[in-house]
Amino acid sequence: MSEHLDTHAHEEDHGHHHKETFVTKYIFSQDHKMIAKQYLITGTIMGIIGVVMSLMMRLQIAWPEEPNVIFEALLGKWAPDGVMDADIYLALVTIHGTIMVFFVLTAGLSGTFSNLLIPLQIGARDMASGFLNMISYWLFFVSSVVMVISLFVEAGPAAAGWTIYPPLSALPLAQGGSGAGMTLWLVSMAIFIASSLLGSLNYIVTVINLRTKGMSMTRLPLTIWAFFVTAIIGVISFPVLLSAALLLIMDRSFGTSFFLSDIFIQGEVLHYQGGSPVLFEHLFWFLGHPEVYIVLLPALGITSEIIATNSRKPIFGYRAMVASILAIAFLSTIVWGHHMFVSGMNPFLGSVFTFTTLLIAIPSAVKAFNYITTLWKGNLQLNPAMLFSIGLVSTFITGGLTGIILGDSALDINVHDTYFVVAHFHLVMGISALYGMFAGIYHWFPKLFGRMLNKNLGYIHFWVTAISAYGVFFPMHFIGMAGLPRRYYTNSAFPLFDDLANVNVVISIFAIVGGAFQLVFIWNFFYSIFYGEKATQNPWKSNTLEWTTPVEHIHGNWPGAIPSVHRWAYDYSKPGHDDDFVSQIIPLKEGEEELQH
Amino acid sequence: MTAFLTIIVLLFIAIAIWQIVKMLDLAQANIKSSQVATDKDNRVNGYLMLAFLVFIYVITIVSFIKWGDLPLLSNSASEHGPQIDNLMIWSMVIIFIVQTVTQFLLHYFAFKYKGEKGRKALFFADNNTLEAIWTIIPVITLAGLIIYGLFTWNDIMNVTEEDDTLVVELYAQQFNWKARYAGADNTLGKANVRLIDIDRANILGVDESDPNAQDDVITSELHLPVNRPVIFKMRSQDVLHSAYMPHFRAQMNCVPGMITQFGFTPTVTTSEMRQNPDIVQKVENINSIRTENSKDLVAKGEEALDPYEFDYLLLCNKICGKSHYNMQMKIIVETQEEYDAWINEQTLFASSLIK
Repeated sequence: MSEHLDTHAHEEDHGHHHKETFVTKYIFSQDHKMIAKQYLITGTIMGIIGVVMSLMMRLQIAWPEEPNVIFEALLGKWAPDGVMDADIYLALVTIHGTIMVFFVLTAGLSGTFSNLLIPLQIGARDMASGFLNMISYWLFFVSSVVMVISLFVEAGPAAAGWTIYPPLSALPLAQGGSGAGMTLWLVSMAIFIASSLLGSLNYIVTVINLRTKGMSMTRLPLTIWAFFVTAIIGVISFPVLLSAALLLIMDRSFGTSFFLSDIFIQGEVLHYQGGSPVLFEHLFWFLGHPEVYIVLLPALGITSEIIATNSRKPIFGYRAMVASILAIAFLSTIVWGHHMFVSGMNPFLGSVFTFTTLLIAIPSAVKAFNYITTLWKGNLQLNPAMLFSIGLVSTFITGGLTGIILGDSALDINVHDTYFVVAHFHLVMGISALYGMFAGIYHWFPKLFGRMLNKNLGYIHFWVTAISAYGVFFPMHFIGMAGLPRRYYTNSAFPLFDDLANVNVVISIFAIVGGAFQLVFIWNFFYSIFYGEKATQNPWKSNTLEWTTPVEHIHGNWPGAIPSVHRWAYDYSKPGHDDDFVSQIIPLKEGEEELQH
Repeated sequence: MTAFLTIIVLLFIAIAIWQIVKMLDLAQANIKSSQVATDKDNRVNGYLMLAFLVFIYVITIVSFIKWGDLPLLSNSASEHGPQIDNLMIWSMVIIFIVQTVTQFLLHYFAFKYKGEKGRKALFFADNNTLEAIWTIIPVITLAGLIIYGLFTWNDIMNVTEEDDTLVVELYAQQFNWKARYAGADNTLGKANVRLIDIDRANILGVDESDPNAQDDVITSELHLPVNRPVIFKMRSQDVLHSAYMPHFRAQMNCVPGMITQFGFTPTVTTSEMRQNPDIVQKVENINSIRTENSKDLVAKGEEALDPYEFDYLLLCNKICGKSHYNMQMKIIVETQEEYDAWINEQTLFASSLIK
């Protein structure tokens, strides 16, 4: 099944070295490794914007309505005399969420590592379609540019929350940000979805068709399983968001009433009749919830690979890990209603969604325990990538456990839309996925750029980030349980919450420290691209195929024939071998049995 | 404050850069050093893993001690409140145990098995018994939580209107709340935003020709008689809002174009709650904070803050625009007699219209 007929023709094609110009090599490149780098750098830049926005929000929440030179410098007319305006606060909330979820943790994470690793780890010359891959990146680039442009709209950027529930997002009368800002947001997202779909289809086709000889599905590294399943979830759910966005555009600009009905605003009755905002919520969360796993699964895949390599042990329970990825993927498409327990939908549906939601805890628990067991009796190489992977397991557990509360409809009544939710999802998907991304960057930097990241800077980066992340999000559970709603510009309108003000100051200080130390990473990243220590071919002594390619990037990845695969990816410290790793390309010794995993 | 913040930020940036430079110097001093972890790195980071475990435990304990006196966890003011609180406490206990144990194992293993040159890891790829154990344990635990949760949910959401149920409409608009009482007939008059007539002061779009509407009463404060079931019919005229009444463990979105509902029975009057020792303490604490803040304000020539007195509140909890953060209504729970006296003072809808 993995021997595809046109391998031969394909290889010959790569035998000829085309003359490459600067434009075809660095800009309109069809090489998956270059596209991965493009995704990574674009994602990093978007990430910087997203983090700066979150820091501005933290400054405002901790010291509400106080003048701040940072606001004056960055927000301009939205911060008269340095005091942040309430409208722009909501815009920051909205754009921070959008950028981090889609542009950083979907495109930046999945785009980078799916592109880099799928061909390299399955033994393919490139993606199934290099051209579509290029188009996918450039659509992503255009959508990023449109999103950034939307920040400069006269009436303000989109400010209805990243969930853009109508009617707030549909009516410019309801909010300045729902004018041109929201139009650009929708356009940007529509382009983004097109990009994501092209990428995902390419990943799926590549994994199914282009695996090298011997690379059966049960020998795939867990990274590839995660990227593959992520792409499938994306193909299933992103089109639904596209339809929601298109219908919303129709409501906004062409007078339809899909999501709107009976509205009186600013002294006038609008013509809308018969639509329902709850319909939009269903469509949105049909993507919105799987999106959590689109963000998280690649991070978990990366973690599986890094934990096994650095523990010098096989990943524990390979089959259970694959099964739990599949179970999570399946369940993720039937739990969206847990975001809508108090939306006014039938309470019976609430019961159903509680049931399906809490089921997700089972495969998640299996994954967590398998990671911990992989560490047991290992010989742990605590590289920065490994630290971030262990950190991921830690935040995945902490954040995941509170899902048991939020997924329980009865409990959700009182903590819905409070800071408890903010704490939960930032830990379980935000921080965890970010750690996965960092882990991936530290681990595959040698593969991406041929150089090593500085490990001491990596250690500083990890430990400060790890402490700040808990410092920021752990106390948030408690202010949430005290009833503090999220997305409030200031809490000073409620004396009831005055005793929570000092918690918010503590949180903000952790956030500022954590944010500032990301500069260490940024510096390390850009410095090492040019001046880092030169990498060796297989610095982490890993089994997977990408480390059998030369350090210098070449078209087609392997100078000669594509190697065949003879074993799974996790023969670390296998008895009977001298080294504590056995590359996938090494044939079984006489009498050696492949583990029946 | 601005200056202070800027200094903090600059300070951290400076520290960051200093660290970078220092580390690079170290790296350069020792040419042989490679960027792959050595035994020493493993040792240092292994101990840091233990320290981090301690940090997680400390932040958990500190959070519970400092901010864990959750008045919202112990002082519910509705009949179904304790049900939610008990479920919450059970869930928290389970979470707490799992969190403590798994974080211990994770970080302790990271410390215990830190790498050493020459040691070989155990080749241990699979074990069906173990897998089965940690599939079945979560299954049993979650089955319990799901069943408990669903019974609670059904109890809360199955509100049936009985003879003595008070029917109140909650009406949301950017950025305030109104309440409409059904009057002596306990039946709300029909309403639609298309019937809003600002000139005649018909601000909720109540059908003027509906006989049931004539005795309706529209107010800006929500008064509820204690121990009497109330059912809220919720409407919104413009965007989504969410009626969040944390003390009553109640929340439901208000959706333009449809009527949503939530029902509960308040069990503690406002004045009783004000005497609750936990609340007294909370209010004292808040007032001492307010006194402190007032000193700063007065020094700046601004007005001092009013002292805080406890009240139940209805908050908007769905992003609804610029003043979302200040969309609130006071809720007063009182005895039936006090409630009757109050409602009788209000103007009926029919007579509130400007002819």
